[in-house]
Amino acid sequence: MKTMLAIISNALCRITGRTVGAQTVSELLIDLSEYVNVTSPAAPALAATPRQPPKPPPVSARASAAELVSAQSDQLDRPGARVVVSRSFADFTPQASFDIKKCDVHRLEEGPPLKAELTREQGLQYYRIMQTVRRMELKADQLYKQKIIRGFCHLYDGQEACAAGIEAAINPSDHLITAYRAHGYTYTRGVSVKEILAELTGRKGGVAKGKGGSMHMYAPRFYGGNGIVGAQVPLGAGIALACQYQGNDQVCVTLYGDGAANQGQLFESFNMAALWKLPCIFICENNQYGMGTSMERASASTDYYKRGDFVPGIRVDGMDVLCVREATKFAADHCRSGKGPIIMELQTYRYHGHSMSDPGVSYRTREEIQEVRSKSDPISMLKERMLSNNMASIEEFKEIDVAIRKEVEDAAQFATSDPEPPLEELCNHIFHNNPPLEVRGTNPWVTLKSVS
Amino acid sequence: MAAAARFFTRGANSKLSLSGIGTGAQSSFGVTLLKLSPSCNSRTKTQRRHAAHFTFQPDPVPTQYGPTQKMNLFQSVTSALDNTLASDPTAVIFGEDVAFGGVFRCTVGLRDKYGKDRVFNTPLCEQGIVGFGIGVAVAGATAIAEIQFADYIYPAFDQIVNEAAKYRYRSGNLFDCGNLTIRAPWGCVGHGSLYHSQSPEAFFAHCPGIKHCRNINLFLNVCVFSSVEQVPVEAYTVPLSQAEILQEGSDVTLVAWGTQVHVMREVADMAQEKLGVSCELIDLQTILPWDVETVCKSVVKTGRLLISHEAPVTGGFASEISSTVQEGCFLNLEAPISRVCGYDTPFPHIFEPFYIPDKWKCFEAIRRMINY
Repeated sequence: MKTMLAIISNALCRITGRTVGAQTVSELLIDLSEYVNVTSPAAPALAATPRQPPKPPPVSARASAAELVSAQSDQLDRPGARVVVSRSFADFTPQASFDIKKCDVHRLEEGPPLKAELTREQGLQYYRIMQTVRRMELKADQLYKQKIIRGFCHLYDGQEACAAGIEAAINPSDHLITAYRAHGYTYTRGVSVKEILAELTGRKGGVAKGKGGSMHMYAPRFYGGNGIVGAQVPLGAGIALACQYQGNDQVCVTLYGDGAANQGQLFESFNMAALWKLPCIFICENNQYGMGTSMERASASTDYYKRGDFVPGIRVDGMDVLCVREATKFAADHCRSGKGPIIMELQTYRYHGHSMSDPGVSYRTREEIQEVRSKSDPISMLKERMLSNNMASIEEFKEIDVAIRKEVEDAAQFATSDPEPPLEELCNHIFHNNPPLEVRGTNPWVTLKSVS
Repeated sequence: MAAAARFFTRGANSKLSLSGIGTGAQSSFGVTLLKLSPSCNSRTKTQRRHAAHFTFQPDPVPTQYGPTQKMNLFQSVTSALDNTLASDPTAVIFGEDVAFGGVFRCTVGLRDKYGKDRVFNTPLCEQGIVGFGIGVAVAGATAIAEIQFADYIYPAFDQIVNEAAKYRYRSGNLFDCGNLTIRAPWGCVGHGSLYHSQSPEAFFAHCPGIKHCRNINLFLNVCVFSSVEQVPVEAYTVPLSQAEILQEGSDVTLVAWGTQVHVMREVADMAQEKLGVSCELIDLQTILPWDVETVCKSVVKTGRLLISHEAPVTGGFASEISSTVQEGCFLNLEAPISRVCGYDTPFPHIFEPFYIPDKWKCFEAIRRMINY
């Protein structure tokens, strides 16, 4: 058995070019054992096998698998006999510390820490969030192509680490506002997948009652969902002013993109925020393309974290959820301590085009997209980290995936079968706090009632 | 319908031109009818693939401008821009994404032909684009600025209204930016929702100092490729501020611009067929200054007026036309002037087929006016 493990491990190392975790090998053996009579010598020999990585694998679990196999080796004479191995969750590492990329800073003495702590629960939670957003966006893609969703649809896959990381670092009582690529944030701010998809299809079960669509989704403490590029940034500064005024120690996270970074209103907002020391975290989600224009062709300076000039800034790896989380925590502390606004640039990437009508390959190569997908995908990165540190098992991830898939399927089902909002809704919610009024319509003799 | 391309002569009145190109809508008539009974909610009907809410009928071939070629609207715009850049060495085109051809394909091939110093992209900043354009024009070059959708023009509103419109007036004719043209596609497309469907003409109609022209329809996506006509190839000019009578009639005057003209054509046919009513169809073409004379003359003849546009009815441009016409032709009117416009709400997402002034609503308006 020892020799077999060594042989398999070495072979895998050669094939993949990386060190192969003991878990991978043991799982391979477990899978193989369904078909092959895998006999084992004495268990202790197994435990003594020197194996990479340095972190001790759950020797007991592997040994038990081997023991189980050897104990049942007689019954394994029949091909197809299954060997069931269970892993107890106590075998997993509860917490680990990871190195994260150093952040470039602007007008700051020091940046966020270089190490991030991750517990098992947190890891699984981030995975769940990111995977849900990913699946939800892919489902939206599918529904759009079936023409069940119409209009404009800007998808967020590839950028999940930003939404998940930010949400992990702020409190539910903090505020957030973003531009039109909002589905991910709508989810992390507490809206269910069902309501998001129903809003995309324009049904009354949607989060904005079907009246907003893709770009206009809202939730308590989440101010959308804004169509005009850059217009949400002064709004975010205003929300931050309200927080400061009410003295509730909350911050406002205001997001915009690399395209919007050239809008005049942003600089007006930076000035006001710095002047009045507003607790506003301005975050530039730099996915390198403003629609079809690469950042070099649109911006004289692509150091978006420095564009605030007198506002301190950090540049963060936006594909690493831990990096985003640590940086956002750092930024939130900065704001809450009364030091004023701060700018974060998240370097991220979107797999889809700008919107569903953009194939996304006329201004960038497929190879580039593939490269990012294989090397820096946020979900894979988190998964690998957790697996190689033995914080979770592949089965667990599979279970989570299956559960998410079902959730998204059910949501899509709801979104396609829910009725559209009734006609009375057309004229409701025009003014605030108004007594019911008559809304003039397309013809002089037709008026609709608005009940505000 | 007049030829789709316009070639602007500059200098004549030395005012800023603002041209809008209407975008077509897509929704099926069946959906509209269905929406009239709110309890009806069949999934299959509302999810049916939508066609445009009117049928396009091409104009007769113009003969007075030289040889013609089959083009659709965005190709005609490209042709006009091509002619401009060819004959005017100071002309430059700029805006978001114009270099590769533009999101409405109006500048395809121009960068390759004329060079990147004459056709170039700007960053994402409408206020900057227009302000920059004003500067270019004031210094003597011909500037053609593109705003990607009319809904995005509001950051530039201050520049247009406070700078461009008043430049000549406030400098006592020392400077003018008559060389500036701002192009912006407007109108509903069937799925544009709040920020890709607006018709902001009323905001600019209130601003003396700019000329606001609605080029005939540029249909988005589905319809654009089908709206093909014969268009003159050489450069030619069509005067601004002149409405065009597309169809002569004797009972009702219909006034519209942009996509709505096509809807009105169908309405005119329907009225003829079902009510025996002969409609005179006028395409206003220019919003500011608008051709008061043609419209009034027509109303004097017919005695009834129907104005229709997608923008909300309160404060919409139809109110200006209505008011002026009743001042001038009060005793000639047989029935109150009818306005069939959008509701006084933000342009809706899911309710669009119900919101727009489609042919059935216009038809109903005609019927009521006839029976007044």
